Amino acid sequence: MSAVLYDVPGPRGRARNLLIGVVGTLLLLAAVGFVVYRLAATGQFAGRLWEWIEFKNIQLLLLDALWNTLRAFAVAAVLSLLFGAVFAAGRLSDHPWLSRPSTAIVEFFRAVPLLVLIFILFFGLTKGLGVQITAFWAVVLGLMLYNGSVLAEIFRAGVRALPRGQSEAAYGLGMRKTQVMTNVLLPQAVRSMLPTIISQLVVVLKDTALGFLILYPELLYQARYLGGQGQLGSPILPVAIVIAAIYIAMCLLLSLVANVLERRTRRSAKAGPVDPGAPAEGLVLAAQAGSRDA
Amino acid sequence: MNVLLDNLGLYGTAFLGTIELFVVAAIGSLAGGLLLAGMRVSPVPVLRAFGTGYVNTVRNTPLTLVFFFFAFAYPRLDILDLSFFTRACVALTVYTSAFVCEVLRSGVNTVPVGQAEASRALGFSFGQTVSTIILPQAVRAVVPPLTNVQIALLKNTTIAAGFSVFEAGGIYQRLSELGYNVLVGLLWVALGFLILVVPLTLLQRRLEATWSVSR
Repeated sequence: MSAVLYDVPGPRGRARNLLIGVVGTLLLLAAVGFVVYRLAATGQFAGRLWEWIEFKNIQLLLLDALWNTLRAFAVAAVLSLLFGAVFAAGRLSDHPWLSRPSTAIVEFFRAVPLLVLIFILFFGLTKGLGVQITAFWAVVLGLMLYNGSVLAEIFRAGVRALPRGQSEAAYGLGMRKTQVMTNVLLPQAVRSMLPTIISQLVVVLKDTALGFLILYPELLYQARYLGGQGQLGSPILPVAIVIAAIYIAMCLLLSLVANVLERRTRRSAKAGPVDPGAPAEGLVLAAQAGSRDA
Repeated sequence: MNVLLDNLGLYGTAFLGTIELFVVAAIGSLAGGLLLAGMRVSPVPVLRAFGTGYVNTVRNTPLTLVFFFFAFAYPRLDILDLSFFTRACVALTVYTSAFVCEVLRSGVNTVPVGQAEASRALGFSFGQTVSTIILPQAVRAVVPPLTNVQIALLKNTTIAAGFSVFEAGGIYQRLSELGYNVLVGLLWVALGFLILVVPLTLLQRRLEATWSVSR
């Protein structure tokens, strides 16, 4: 294997690599072993701390928590896709009165930490204005504002990366601006950006865990509750391990979809990412949008 | 306006806490990311597998969960008694390292193999190849996305507020106790983050514009 950094190793190189491999393996095993030893020494593997898994009520509680997480994820994902599409279209608009506010909104929500947004929605609006917003909607709307803004940037990048011939041909056929965008540019942009979009949805799924901090009863919240139950032996570590496994499995599944899609788009030349050698990507749109800042 | 002026000291210490967390975790994550990236591009299969496994696991774990682990579960292991601040730094470092690693790795991979092969053919040693051929080219592909990762880290420090570390994300609690308008207080926090993040974003855009290599 010849990589950028290393040539195909010779006999001395192979011996050295083997040595590094053995020492590295030992170090990693020592680290893992230490953690397992500490887990065992503090009695985390004791059957009593894992008994909670067998209780039906707790299983139902966790299922309910999982449902709350997935519900928030699903609603937030749909809303952020909508938000992203609307504001991407807004930023790509020819009209400064549309593109400038869209740019400002997208930039603002990308710069403010998501948690601060959620706090503003939950504590700020409730205590400051007296508008009652449930924890669910605070999480969902926060996720929508932040991830929607990021998705808007992704959509915009996708549209701008299309070869200019696409929009030229569409205009040449006599399509209107809206038609060019909705019938020609957006479908192609979405297709080529699909892996990136799905990766962003993984972020949405991960960030639903922020609901824990405003006491939205999702997985982490219930984990904290279960972990503090004295009559179960306060099994916070076992609970955390199980919850982590659930989160990682869900996110890995979504990431896997993104990877598969990416490989598929790379294989089919038509929908693949635009050839970097192609002349001045998105120049046409930039010229049309005129006043829009780059 | 009153909310900010009456509590300037509060905002000051809070944002100082944020910046402290950010600086410590930024240094930690750069070091950790470099180590992981070194593993991921190394010719040793075991280290490569570990690097890949770490990155895939951590990138698919919510940061809140990492904090949860270090804040509530770690003390049960009785290893070392660390303050909440230190544990928050560790959590942020553990999480951000995976992202730094990916940026570094993909940066190294943007350098065409021919460049390294040519330098080896000219008789350059490994050190010379890396320092004079690969790194100067990889840096251009690395720095803009690395800035992005660090911006994300700066924003992520707010999560520490939920785990007993006083920083900008926790201002609202104090304001609420003091009876101030929380909405106004939080909008000032948002503005504070804008002031911190926007210069970094502008810097990142400039780097991206001036450093993008056409191949």
